[in-house]
Amino acid sequence: MIITKQKDIEEIYEMTKPYSKILVAGCDGCCQPPRSINEAKVLAQMLELKARSEGRDLKWKAITVLRQCDDRIAATTLRPFIEEYDAIVSLACGLGVGMLNRIFPTILTFPAQNSMFGGAENNGENYFVEYCETCGDCLLGVTGGICPMAGCAKNLSNGPCGGQVEGKCEVGGYIHDCAWVKIWERLKKFNRLDLFTIYRPPRNYYLWSSPRYIHIYEPISNEEEPKKEEKI
Amino acid sequence: MVNRPAFSNLLKTIREGKFVFTGELEPEKDFDLNHVLHSAEEMKKTGKIVAANVTDGPQGDAYTCSMVPCYLVQEKVGLEAIWQMTVRDRNRIALFGDILGGAILGLKNLLALTGDHSALGDHQNARAVYDLDSTQLIDLVSKMVDDGTDLEGNEIKGGKPQLNVGCAANPNSNPREPEILKVGRKVEVGADFIQTQTSFDVDDAKEFLKELERYNIPVLLGLFPIKNYGIAWYFNEYIPGVSVPKDFLDALKKTKKIKDKKEKYATIDKINLDFYEPFIKEIKKTTKAAGIHCMAVHYERLFEPLFKDF
Ligand code: SF4
Repeated sequence: MIITKQKDIEEIYEMTKPYSKILVAGCDGCCQPPRSINEAKVLAQMLELKARSEGRDLKWKAITVLRQCDDRIAATTLRPFIEEYDAIVSLACGLGVGMLNRIFPTILTFPAQNSMFGGAENNGENYFVEYCETCGDCLLGVTGGICPMAGCAKNLSNGPCGGQVEGKCEVGGYIHDCAWVKIWERLKKFNRLDLFTIYRPPRNYYLWSSPRYIHIYEPISNEEEPKKEEKI
Repeated sequence: MVNRPAFSNLLKTIREGKFVFTGELEPEKDFDLNHVLHSAEEMKKTGKIVAANVTDGPQGDAYTCSMVPCYLVQEKVGLEAIWQMTVRDRNRIALFGDILGGAILGLKNLLALTGDHSALGDHQNARAVYDLDSTQLIDLVSKMVDDGTDLEGNEIKGGKPQLNVGCAANPNSNPREPEILKVGRKVEVGADFIQTQTSFDVDDAKEFLKELERYNIPVLLGLFPIKNYGIAWYFNEYIPGVSVPKDFLDALKKTKKIKDKKEKYATIDKINLDFYEPFIKEIKKTTKAAGIHCMAVHYERLFEPLFKDF
């Protein structure tokens, strides 16, 4: 899931200030915590209150989309309304905001959220934790399924750094687990310390540099590829 | 394990079988480096310090770089420097360039460190780099020194830089096993020596040194003589995992009441000598440690009395 955090209301208000009719769009996709129709309505009301306190009239409609990052779903849900509005405020993650800006070129979509990371709730411990940095070169196979890119404050490939105390990370006040101690514990449990002790050479960070593109549909065949004629 | 020549006096002296001492210098947010040079001179005068570490932005603070003071200490004072280099602030391109530059200036020892995270320092919003980790930095130095190339195998023109490279190990890490295993990787990719973080517990230090013996490379045990009660208090309060023994701490606390400066200094020095002299003797006698890394920044007056019998 994409973990998001709502922006400060002042910041959202400043972005939308030049507009008098806004469409506030929630997202029922993977973004967490949920940002659906009710959250959209509450945000719209807060913006309206702020506008009123400045003597401005703000008209709004709150709506939600099954998944804002899906171009077809987002387009069919929102297209009937956009003509009537000056701007869209999206409660989705950055993917949703980017998508709406792309599929509706005639209207600006503003973000109401900061997209934080790819993660999940930590076993009912009341916080979300980062699982994946989408680095493009997955290490989980040699780290017992615990990601040192997402879990280690220093992104170490060959940790720990020496700063851990009783298994807790030096960054953030010794509250969170040191990813490398967790990796060691897990590999030890499975008798795979051979994976812990290997040296992992420098990573290919080119895979992690934006913008990234992947071709989706390469033709697949079980036939031998016809030899391409050599160009002279 | 590599069999690299000893380019530095530090490693030459260790390989001659001598028990060595290294000191520590800390450039801060300084345009004037006289305090660093002064400390280096004091260390040199003792005739006991073979080389001195020069820190690289400790605690994640933005400080004067390490390379320039290293060079000045060697050139102006004639004391060999141990150039601390963290991977926190530079990517592999900058690290390569700096290492080559430092080697051209005649630096002979590099201590490869991860570095305290920038989130702990005075520029908390900085982007921490960590393109390489400290093990990979040792790999980079090995490629430069042994093969004369960068990480991609491109040749360095005009010869190979001549450096020895060290790594750190923390006796206070808990659990300890991953720390010991991690050191193994560093030795495998080419570390020439180890300098440890500080220890206040002689039995624990002995155990740690014993565990490191398996790697068969010289280890300098880190010790931290404390020049006033405030520092000891800070250690106990803010550095988790390390605690100053109670007796040592209480003795330092009592010195707060002494008004006469001379008397106060003499008392503090005696407390440190009483604690560290037997500590060092024990380490020298019962372990294979190659020496002591003394991290007492700006406490050089202790060095002469502390090291005179070694
Ligand atoms: S303490 Fe552990 S998680 Fe934190 S930076 Fe060091 S190795 Fe990474």
